Amino acid sequence: MLDAILSPVGFISLVLFFGVGAIGALMFRKNDEFANVWSSFFAVAGSLWGVLFALLALNAAYPMLLSFGVNTFPLFSVSLTVDKLSAFFIFVISAIALFCSIYGYGYVKHYYGKYSIGTLGFFYNLFIIGMLLVVTASNAIFFLIAWEIMSVASYFLVVYDRNEQENVKAGFLYLVMTHVGTAFIIAAFLLLFKYTGSFDFEAVKSGALLIPASVKDVIFVLSLIGFGTKAGIIPFHIWLPGAHPAAPSHVSGLMSGVMIKTGIYMMIRIFLDLLQPVPTWWGPVVMIVGSVSALLGVLYALTEHDIKRLLAYHSIENIGIILLGLGSALTFSSLNLPSLALLGLVAALFHTLNHATFKSLLFLSAGSVINGTHTRNMEEYGGLIKYMPYTALFFLVGSMAISALPPFNGFFSEWLTFQALFQGMKSLDLFTKWTFIGSAGALAFTGGLALACFVKAFGATFLARPRSAEARHAKESSLSLKFGMGALAAMALLFGIFSGYVTSILNRIGLDFGFTSSFVSSTPEQSLAAGGFSIVSGPAFFILLAAVVLAVVFAVKFLVNRNQKVRVGATWDCGVDLTPRMEITSTGFARSIILIFKGILKPSIQREIEYRDADSRYLPISRKITLKVNDMYRTYFYAPLSGLVSFVSERAKYIQSGNINAYILYILVALLASLYLVK
Amino acid sequence: MESIFWAIQLVMVPVMSPLGVGIIRKIKAKLQNRRGASVFQPYKDLWKLLHKDEVLSSDASWIFKVAPYIIFAVTIVVGLSVPLFASFLQNTFTGDMLMVVYALAIGTFFLALAGIDTGGAFGGFGSSREMTVSALAEGGLIFALLTVAFRSGTTNLFAISNAAILNTGYSFLPVILSFFGFFIVLLAETARFPFDNPATHLELTMIHEAMILEYSGKRLALIEWASANKLFIFAALGANLFFPFGIAHDAQLGSIAFGVAFFFIKLSVIYIAIAILESSIAKYRFFRLPDLLLVSFVLNVVAVAFLI
Repeated sequence: MLDAILSPVGFISLVLFFGVGAIGALMFRKNDEFANVWSSFFAVAGSLWGVLFALLALNAAYPMLLSFGVNTFPLFSVSLTVDKLSAFFIFVISAIALFCSIYGYGYVKHYYGKYSIGTLGFFYNLFIIGMLLVVTASNAIFFLIAWEIMSVASYFLVVYDRNEQENVKAGFLYLVMTHVGTAFIIAAFLLLFKYTGSFDFEAVKSGALLIPASVKDVIFVLSLIGFGTKAGIIPFHIWLPGAHPAAPSHVSGLMSGVMIKTGIYMMIRIFLDLLQPVPTWWGPVVMIVGSVSALLGVLYALTEHDIKRLLAYHSIENIGIILLGLGSALTFSSLNLPSLALLGLVAALFHTLNHATFKSLLFLSAGSVINGTHTRNMEEYGGLIKYMPYTALFFLVGSMAISALPPFNGFFSEWLTFQALFQGMKSLDLFTKWTFIGSAGALAFTGGLALACFVKAFGATFLARPRSAEARHAKESSLSLKFGMGALAAMALLFGIFSGYVTSILNRIGLDFGFTSSFVSSTPEQSLAAGGFSIVSGPAFFILLAAVVLAVVFAVKFLVNRNQKVRVGATWDCGVDLTPRMEITSTGFARSIILIFKGILKPSIQREIEYRDADSRYLPISRKITLKVNDMYRTYFYAPLSGLVSFVSERAKYIQSGNINAYILYILVALLASLYLVK
Repeated sequence: MESIFWAIQLVMVPVMSPLGVGIIRKIKAKLQNRRGASVFQPYKDLWKLLHKDEVLSSDASWIFKVAPYIIFAVTIVVGLSVPLFASFLQNTFTGDMLMVVYALAIGTFFLALAGIDTGGAFGGFGSSREMTVSALAEGGLIFALLTVAFRSGTTNLFAISNAAILNTGYSFLPVILSFFGFFIVLLAETARFPFDNPATHLELTMIHEAMILEYSGKRLALIEWASANKLFIFAALGANLFFPFGIAHDAQLGSIAFGVAFFFIKLSVIYIAIAILESSIAKYRFFRLPDLLLVSFVLNVVAVAFLI
C-alpha cells in the first residue's frame, strides 16, 4: 500500500488532485459556494496526500525517478526526480498548503459575488502544482515550464483583488521582476548546457568537472541573482513588499512561506549538488548577501505600518537567515569540512521549514485581522485581543516563534545557524573568518530588532484601546480560519520541542549529498547537540518553564494571597480623559530605532501647517506631518537602470527607419553574421 | 546529594536577589551622605506588595495579567541555567548561552507587551525605549558570552565556568575586554545608569519604570522581584564566566562553602561597582545610548578576534 503511494503513480495522482481541483473550480465558477468547496476539498486532499508522499520519500532508500516523453525533444518531455531534498520541500509545500487551504475555505467567502471564486480556486491549485513541479523537476527545460506555471499563477493571485489600483501595479512589478530573474536563470542553464551538453540535472552533475572555473563563477552569479530575485534578497526584493500583501491572505501565506523558498531550493540544488566542488569565495558571498538581507529586511519591517508589508519584509529577513546557513554550508564544503557543511545545511533547511510554519501562521492571522477590520493599516487597529482572542493568541505564538524565543521553533533553527557561524569563526583564512564574525553579528542584531518589531506589531494590533470604529466592531473569525491558524501554531510549538527529532531527519538529506558525517545530532532525551561545543534541549526548557510558571501561580494564589481585593479602574490618565490617540502607535514605537539607523534608512519628515491667518501665523487650522522612508533601491539602483534602458532604446530607434528595404538588409546581415559564427 | 545543591541553586536566585538591590541602594545612600534604608528593605517591600490589594486597568487584557508570572518564571528558569556557586553541577539542557540570552528575551518581550497593554501614554513609550535598548544590546551580549565560550571550547555556561579556570593565563586581555563589553550590557539590560534611572518616575527619562507604571499589588511584587533576579543573574554571569576563581569544582562540603562565600564576595564587588558608577555619572541622553552599546559590541568583537 505504502509502496503504491511512493511511486510515479503516487506522484501523478498528487498532481492530479490539484489538477482536478483547478479544472473543477473553473467549470463550476458560476456557483461561488460550490466552486469554493470543490477547490478547497481537492487542495486539502492533495495536500494530505503530499504530506504522506513526502514522509515516505524522506524514508526511502533511493530517489524516485519519473520520466516520459521524447528525450531528443526536451520541450515535450517530463522528467522528475524525488530525492530527499525534493521530498523535504514537497513536505513543506504540502503541509503549509494543507492549512492555508482549510483557512482559505472560510477566508474567500468575503469575495463571494465580488470576484469569481472559481478563477481563484483554479489559480490557487495551479500555483501549488507549479511549486510541486519546481522542486521535483530534473530537467532544465521542464523546470523552466514549472517555474513559469508557478510565477504566472501567483501573478494572477496577486492581482486577484483587481479593483485596487495598488494591487495591479504591485502585480505588474512582480511579473517584470520575476521574468528578469527568469532571464538570469535561463542564461545560467544555457551556460550549463554549453559545457555539459545536457539539460538533464543528472548529466549536468556528472559533467560538472568539464565546466571551466571562470564559467562556473559566472553561473554562480547568474543563478544567485536569478533565484535570489524569487527568494527576495536585497536589492532584488522590491517586488516582494508589494506583491505579498496584495494577494488574498492564504495566498500570501503560501507565497511568503513556501514560494520564495523555491529559490532557496534551487540554490541548494545547483551550488551544493550540481556544481560540486565549489570555489571558496562562493560561500562568503552568499553569507554577505544573507547578512545584508537579514539586517536591512528587519529594519525596513520596523518602518512599516501596513501589517502585511511588515510581514513581507520579515520574509526578506528570514531568507537572509536561511542564506547564512546555506552560505556557511557552501564555505565548509569548499574547505572540505563535510560534517560542518552538513551543520550549515541542516540549519538552512530547518529554518526554511520553521519560517514556512510561522510566517504562514502570521499571514493567516493578519488576514483574520484584516477580515475583521477591513484595513491593513496598523494605526487603525488596537485592542483587538478583546474582540479576536483566538487570532491574538495565534499571532502571539507566531510572533514569539519568529523572534526566536524558546521553546518555539524559530529559536532552534537560529540556534543551529549560530552554531554554524561559530564553527566558521575558527576557520583559518582571514577573510572567511571575518565574514563569519560579521554574519554572526548581523544575526545577533537581527534577532534583537525582530523582537522589537514584533512587540510593535502585536502591541499596535492587539493591545491597548481600539483606534478606529472598524477595530471596535471587529468579530472573531470563523472556525475554518481558526483551525488553520491553530494547527500552524501547534506546529510551531511542536517543531520547537521536537527539534532534535526533526534535525535528525534533516541530517539524512545531507547524507544524501555525500556529506558523510554530521556535526548535528540529537540525544536520546531529544536534546539538540552541535558537536561537543553546544547542547540545548527543547523539551526540558518547555517542561521547566511550564512547571515554574504553574508553581509561581500556585504559590501566589494559595500561599500568599489572603483575601486581597482586585479592583478594576481606569489607566492613570494624569487628570485628562484618556483617548486612543494617546496610545503609542506603530510609527511612534519604531521611531527611535529608525532615528538611530537614519544613516541606512534615510527617513524624511515633511510638515505642512495651514494657518487661520497667513500673516500672523498664530492659529493653525490643520497640521500635517508626513513621515517617510525613502526607497533607496528605486532612487539609486532601479531608476538609473531604467533610465539607461530607455536611453539605449531611444538610440536604437535610429535604425528603425520604417523602410522595408532597410529591414531586409538587416535580416540579410544578421543571417550572414550568424552563418559566419556557426561555421 | 546533588539534588540538594540543585535545590540551593534554585532558591538562591529569588532568595538572595533582593539583598543585592538593598546593598546597591545602601551604598548609594551612603555616597549621598544619607543614612539610607536597611539592606533588607527590598524584602519588606516585596512582602508588603504581595499582601496589598490590587488595581487593574480596565483596558488590560490577559497579557497584562499573565505577564508578571511569565517574567518571574523566566528568571527562575534562567537562574537554574547559569553557574552560581558550583561548576560541577552540569545543566546540559538549558545551560546553553544562547538559550539563556533568548530566555531572558521572553521576559523582555512580555514586559514590553504589558507596558503597551494598558493603553497609557507612558507604558507605550517605555516599551519602545526598552525594545530599542535591548535590541541593540543583544549583539554585545552574545559576543561577550562567545568570547568565554571560545576560550573554554563550549557554550554551556557551567562548563565554561569549570574549564575557564584551567587556562586563565594566556587569554587575560580578551577576557578583560569582553568583561567591559559585558558590563555595559549588564547596565543596559538591568535598567541601570547611564541607561535608565531605577529611582525615577520622571516621564522624560524612565524606561523600565514607565512599563510597570500600571502594576500594583502582587503583580508589581513579582515584576520587582523578577528585575532583582535579573540583576542577580547578570552579576553572576559576570562573576563566574569572566572570573571563575573560587567556584566549587567538586561536591566536597568545604569547597562548596568556599564557593558560596567567594561567589558572594564577587557579587558584592560588582554591586559596589554599579553603586559607585550610579553615584558618579549622570544618565545619558537616550540617543547617546546606541554609541555605548556599539562600544560594547566592538569590544567584544575585538575580544573574539583575539581568541580565534
